[in-house]
Amino acid sequence: MTPYLLSILEGAVLVLEVALGSVLVAVLLGLVGAAAKLSASKPAAWLATVYSTLIRGIPDLVLMLLIFYGGQIGLNKTLEALGSDAFIEIDPFLVGVLTIGFIYGAYMTETFRGAILAIPVGQMEAGRAFGMSGLQVFVRITLPQMVRLALPGFTNNWLVLMKATALVSLLGLQDMTYLAKQAGAAARGDIANAPLLFLAFAALLYLVFTSVSLVLLRMLERRYSMGVKRGAL
Amino acid sequence: MEFDVIFRPENLQLFWEGTVNALVLLVSSLIVGGLLSLPLAIARVSANRWIGGPVWLFTYVLRGTPLLIQVYLIYFGLAQMDFIQDRWDDQWPWTWFKEPFFCAMLAFALNTCAYTVELLAGAIRDTGHGEVEAAQAMGMSRWTTMRRIMLPSALRRSLPGYSNEVIMMLHSTSLASAVPALLDITGAARSIYSDFYLPFEAFITAGVIYATLTLALVGLFKLAERRWLAHLAPRKA
Repeated sequence: MTPYLLSILEGAVLVLEVALGSVLVAVLLGLVGAAAKLSASKPAAWLATVYSTLIRGIPDLVLMLLIFYGGQIGLNKTLEALGSDAFIEIDPFLVGVLTIGFIYGAYMTETFRGAILAIPVGQMEAGRAFGMSGLQVFVRITLPQMVRLALPGFTNNWLVLMKATALVSLLGLQDMTYLAKQAGAAARGDIANAPLLFLAFAALLYLVFTSVSLVLLRMLERRYSMGVKRGAL
Repeated sequence: MEFDVIFRPENLQLFWEGTVNALVLLVSSLIVGGLLSLPLAIARVSANRWIGGPVWLFTYVLRGTPLLIQVYLIYFGLAQMDFIQDRWDDQWPWTWFKEPFFCAMLAFALNTCAYTVELLAGAIRDTGHGEVEAAQAMGMSRWTTMRRIMLPSALRRSLPGYSNEVIMMLHSTSLASAVPALLDITGAARSIYSDFYLPFEAFITAGVIYATLTLALVGLFKLAERRWLAHLAPRKA
C-alpha cells in the first residue's frame, strides 16, 4: 500500500506546481485586466470586459479542452502554413498552467478592479502632485493598500483555483487525482476498497492544502490590516 | 472552420441530448441538495456545538476538496465497494449505485448542499436583531420565530448568492463527462471532437451552449429577485 500512497504524494507536488504556476499567471493577467478595465482607453476597457465576462460564462473544463486540443491543432496548422513540417506536441503541464491562469485571471481582474476602486482617488492624485510617475504611484500608494483590499477576494479565487487543478488529470497529466484513480484500479484485487481509499487520501491532501492556505492567507491579511481601525462597539 | 459538421442532424441531436441530460442533472441535484441544505443550515446556526459542529465539518470537507474527486469517490469509490457490489443487484437502495447518473447526481447534490448550507446559515445569522426581539415580544416560540420570521427573510436575502451557486453548478455539470456512460454537453463535444478531429468547432459550440444557459439563468434570477427582493431594490426617483 505504501508505494501507492508515495506515488500519490508525488502527484501532490505536481498539483502544487500547477497551482502556484497558474496563480502567478492569473495575478499578472488580473493586474493587466484591472488596469485595462479602469483605463481611459475604450478598446482596452472593452477587451477586458469581454475577457472577464466570457471566461466566467464558460466552464473551466471546456476552456481547458478547447485550448489543449485546439491549441495543438492550431499550432501545427500554423506551422504548416508557414511551410514548416515540424510537429509540436503541446506539453499538458504548460497548457494546464496557462489555461487555469487564463481563467482565474478573469476572476482576479474583478477582484483587483474592486480593490483599486476602493482606494480614494485623492491619494493617487496627491502622489502625482508630488511628482511621482504613474508606476511610482502604483508601487508606493496603490499596491500596498490593494493587497489588503484584494486579499479576501484573492483567498476565494485561490481556493477555487487550487481545486480546479484536479481538472488537469483529464488532460492526461499525472497529478494526484489521476494517480489516485490509477492506484485504485491497480490495487483493486489486493487491497479491500482500494479505489475509495486512495481517492479519499487524495481528497485529504487537498483538504490539507486548502486549510494551510487559509491559515497563511489569514495571517497575511492581519499583517496588511495592521494600520486599519475597525468600527467596533 | 467546419461548423457545418456541428449542424448535421445527428450531431445537433447529440448536443441536444447532452443539454437535456445536463439540465436534468442540474435540476435534480439542486432539488436534492436544496432540500437537504435547509435543515442542515438550521443545525449549522445552532448554539449547541454538538449539532453545529458536525455540519461545519461536512461543509468544510466538501468545500475544501475538488468536485471531480468527490464524483470519483462516489462513482469509483463507493460504487465499487464490495459491500455495495454484493447488494446492488437486488437490494434497494444499493441498486441505485449501478446507475452512473445517480452517482454523479449524488456527488453534485452533496456538493451544492454544502455551499448552500453556508449561504443560508450566513443569511440566518444576519437576520436583524430587532426582528427576532419583536417576534419574541409577540410571544412566538423559537421554532415559530425561525419559521415565520427568520427563514422567509433569510431565503430571500440568500437569493443573489444562490444565483452564483446555481451558475457554478451548471458549469460543474461539465465534470459529468468524466463519468463514463454519461453524456452531457461537454461529453457531446468530446465525442464530436474524437469522431471528426474538430476541437475548435466542438468545444466552441459547447461553450456557446453553456454561455447561453448561464445568461438565461442570470435572467431568471433577476426576475426572481424583482419578485422576492423588491423591498431591497434601490428606490426609484
